[in-house]
Amino acid sequence: MTSAIRIRDLKKTYSDGFEALKGIDLTVEDGDFFALLGPNGAGKSTTIGILCSLVNKTSGSVNIFDTDIDIDFAKAKSYLGIVPQEVNFSVFEKPWQIVQQQAGYYGLEGSVAAERTELYLRKLGLWEKRDSISRTLSGGQKRRLMIARALIHQPRVLILDEPTAGVDIEIRRTMWDFLKQINEQGTTIVLTTHYLEEAENMCRNIAIIDHGSVVHDSSMRALLRGLKTETYVLDVECEAVALAPELHWRNRDACSIEIDVPKGEALNDTFSRLKQQGIKVTSMRNKSNRLEQLFLGLVDDNTSSSSEITGETDK
Amino acid sequence: MSFNKPLNWIALKTLTTKEVVRFTRIWQQTILPPVITTTLYFIIFGNLIGPRIGKMGGFDYMDFIVPGLILMAVITNSYANVASSFFSAKFQSSIEELLVTPTANITILLGYIAGGVARGIMVGVVVTLVSLFFSKLQIYNLTVLVSIIILTSTLFALGGFTNALFAKKFDDISIVPTFILTPFTYLGGVFYSIKLLPDVWQTVSHLNPVLYMINAFRYGFLGVSDISLWTSYTIIIGFIIALFLINLRLISTGYGLRS
Repeated sequence: MTSAIRIRDLKKTYSDGFEALKGIDLTVEDGDFFALLGPNGAGKSTTIGILCSLVNKTSGSVNIFDTDIDIDFAKAKSYLGIVPQEVNFSVFEKPWQIVQQQAGYYGLEGSVAAERTELYLRKLGLWEKRDSISRTLSGGQKRRLMIARALIHQPRVLILDEPTAGVDIEIRRTMWDFLKQINEQGTTIVLTTHYLEEAENMCRNIAIIDHGSVVHDSSMRALLRGLKTETYVLDVECEAVALAPELHWRNRDACSIEIDVPKGEALNDTFSRLKQQGIKVTSMRNKSNRLEQLFLGLVDDNTSSSSEITGETDK
Repeated sequence: MSFNKPLNWIALKTLTTKEVVRFTRIWQQTILPPVITTTLYFIIFGNLIGPRIGKMGGFDYMDFIVPGLILMAVITNSYANVASSFFSAKFQSSIEELLVTPTANITILLGYIAGGVARGIMVGVVVTLVSLFFSKLQIYNLTVLVSIIILTSTLFALGGFTNALFAKKFDDISIVPTFILTPFTYLGGVFYSIKLLPDVWQTVSHLNPVLYMINAFRYGFLGVSDISLWTSYTIIIGFIIALFLINLRLISTGYGLRS
């Protein structure tokens, strides 16, 4: 399989001596939906900055498809579309101007640029706002505008740095659907996010960076296999709930509990025990952020945890 | 590193258009103020004080100062356009949308310079039209006029670019115009012929590059200059090449742009 992004021994030390990246290795395959996670200051944005030439690397190599950025950065950049963390367009310009100018910077002729500007503004639900001053757009609209801008040259790799931060759940879900759709059409997507649920739902492979080092790199499935327990949320009849402590449960509120079920244990056993204790379960769902438990474990003690989990890789 | 000519040509057109649209959109801040300021100079120094001064270099004082005042407006506006536009793009981080593209560094530099030159020339033309209300402007050598206005605006647009690269806050883009550009322009022979100065100050004046531009521009209108025309061209072009290479080097290393 072709690598869309291949990073080897990438190091970055800032002028104040801060070592942001300590020699990371990462490979993102063509067509992948890849999550790059890590706490604030871990080195995610520095990595993305180096990929798109906003940060100068100290050493190491980066290839975007067949192109080494040290040999032909212009060609390498033509493969990438970037959606940054912060709004970085002129807020005095109109959405169509912002997107169409970006097309020009990628060398698209006027008619193609105009056609694609309309296409992506419509796809991202911004066509009605095309003539508004961008400053007046909502937070979600600004983020969608940055996605439209990043897609204008139809890049082979789309890098999104926390694209859904601060947007409401409805818009977030619309964005997820859109990103899944373009990934299915063949665009490789690299996503950094603080919403672990987002990474779990969308991404096939994952790398976790902490303190400038990759502490985990595998498929999402392999990572989640590292969970020793699965947590479920049970809605129960609203009565005082008091379960036996060996069931590893917590009250969420008066009418719901969380219960940890050891991996490999049949859910029937848990339900039987609940029934014995007179608890009526009205509905049940997976606690969505399973990844959170693993993530916290990895970044809290990245040495021991990573060696424990990286044994499993089916990437 | 490959240089994709069609891509960079379209990118240059895009960036130049963006810059021109920007300063024409805010014409009340970019075109109108220099016109008002220069009109005041025409009224005060030309109409009110000028007749008391008499002839300067063999011409009416008003006719003598018009070329210098036009070029002064060109200098300040070509400089200010690039300094403020490029620094704002840095400040808002909107420069990133350009840096992440395959657009070559030289294209970025040329695009901003073209915007500065366009504003300089537009202001120069408007101020020239206004000056027709105050003096009987004649053109002695159109080629010299056009070439000097283009070269001067290019030089100061490049200066504005350098300033914006080094600037870390908005104050930094007003320091150079206030403490360097204005004194150099005022002492560059806009209002007087350096032949009126004592020998020592004439020599000192020759260290001022603006003197060469103003005298060459005045030659285009009046056919007289305190300085040889070719010396002026050599100095202006020399500064342009030097600043162009410095800017290109700075932008290539990412100075003020990349971490």
